[in-house]
Amino acid sequence: MTAAQPLPTLEITALEKRFGETQVLRSIDLKVRNGELVFVIGPSGSGKSTMLRCCNRLEEPTSGAIHVNGKPMLGIPRRDLDRMRLQVGMVFQGFFLYPHLSALKNVTLAQRKALGRPRAEAEARALEMLDKVGLKHKADAMPSELSGGQQQRVAIARALALDPKVMLFDEPTSALDPELVGSVLKVMRDLRELGMTMIVVSHEMQFAREAADRVVFMDGGVIVEEGPPEEIFGNPKSDRLKAFLSRVSGEAA
Amino acid sequence: MENLIDAFFNIDIMRQAAPLLLKGAWVTLQLCAVVILLGLFGGLGLALLASSRSALLRLPSFVFIDIFRAVPPLILLILICAGLPFMGIRVPPFAAVCIAFLLNNSAYFAEIFRSGIKAIPKGQMEAARATGLSPAQAQAWVILPQAIRNVLPDLLSNVVEIVKLTSIASVVSLSELLYSANMARAVTYNSSPLVMAAGLYLLLLWPLVRVISRFQRGLSISH
Repeated sequence: MTAAQPLPTLEITALEKRFGETQVLRSIDLKVRNGELVFVIGPSGSGKSTMLRCCNRLEEPTSGAIHVNGKPMLGIPRRDLDRMRLQVGMVFQGFFLYPHLSALKNVTLAQRKALGRPRAEAEARALEMLDKVGLKHKADAMPSELSGGQQQRVAIARALALDPKVMLFDEPTSALDPELVGSVLKVMRDLRELGMTMIVVSHEMQFAREAADRVVFMDGGVIVEEGPPEEIFGNPKSDRLKAFLSRVSGEAA
Repeated sequence: MENLIDAFFNIDIMRQAAPLLLKGAWVTLQLCAVVILLGLFGGLGLALLASSRSALLRLPSFVFIDIFRAVPPLILLILICAGLPFMGIRVPPFAAVCIAFLLNNSAYFAEIFRSGIKAIPKGQMEAARATGLSPAQAQAWVILPQAIRNVLPDLLSNVVEIVKLTSIASVVSLSELLYSANMARAVTYNSSPLVMAAGLYLLLLWPLVRVISRFQRGLSISH
């Protein structure tokens, strides 16, 4: 790397992950620039989600390195890991809002306990983030009173409130009814406009075409092909990607 | 019929026995407060150990829970009172009862807490850790509030069982409610003090039992 190049916001180097005998990821290298939206596609079981979960160490990598803004995520004491995780926002397929807390409290909890923000500041920030995802009026609602799409937007606000450097989306719309998908994609599109760095694992190919800066195709635990969306979707090179795309479009039709 | 009333519901005898029984009820209350608190905290600690990722912490807590759930508390109590002096340790009856109940109750409470913790989806912990909360913070603010709420009726039912079970302290001559009632019965050759003791237990537990059934109703409504 030359000195003129800015530090990648997220850098994955030679990442390997084994579950017992099974090798799930092998020699994954990926650099995500500041403000970039990287979209990860691939068949189920290809290791997309595992790669994403290794980035904030919800999954423990077997070997390799992960850096966020040049700082290592691996081989650091737990306290430092907790601090680093504040910089890596995560959105799950299953939302995982805390069901015993209101939308507002879901968004203030980590701000107060992990960041140590005073209550007033955390609440102001939470309302700002809930407003950003269009749910300021639902601040006092309990998760059980919200639709799936609304819950996922609160979950996005919960992650955003910690001022992360990068946001990881693990199939954020896969658990949603089709008519609710749009509201979540809109929030993600807004985030991109605001310059948030994002890695998105998803099957929303249309969204990938419109919004991604770069598409990464994974299969069998390796990155097979990557490039701008028009290249990946318009001119796939590897047979595996061609096969995957025809399978996916077959399903959609 | 008159004989029955005379033997079990004799007001004069009850009046005579009342001071002794009230004293016993007070000891029972104190005993309950101590053993329930000990059991709750011991049980919570055990449950956290039993839910740990480290087998080194998990296995001993499982062994502890299994053993002390299976051993009848009365045997435990007698063993402590009769056995410890042989090892040169003298324990007053109140302390012996507290030790026996700590061993027994914490095992029971641990199982209740543990089932509550286990029922919380893994994603809750992951979501909490992903936002930078430490394992302890995630337990305290995300997992335990949900787990305890889910098992609250079971915890309260166990409390009721414990209050009744404190009557076994009478075998080691701790002058709690049942012991006092039995004394009064022996002195008066009349069973009315026992009926009175039952009434006092009822008085003690009835509000709690009401709370439990209200809880269970409330839970079924909110779900």
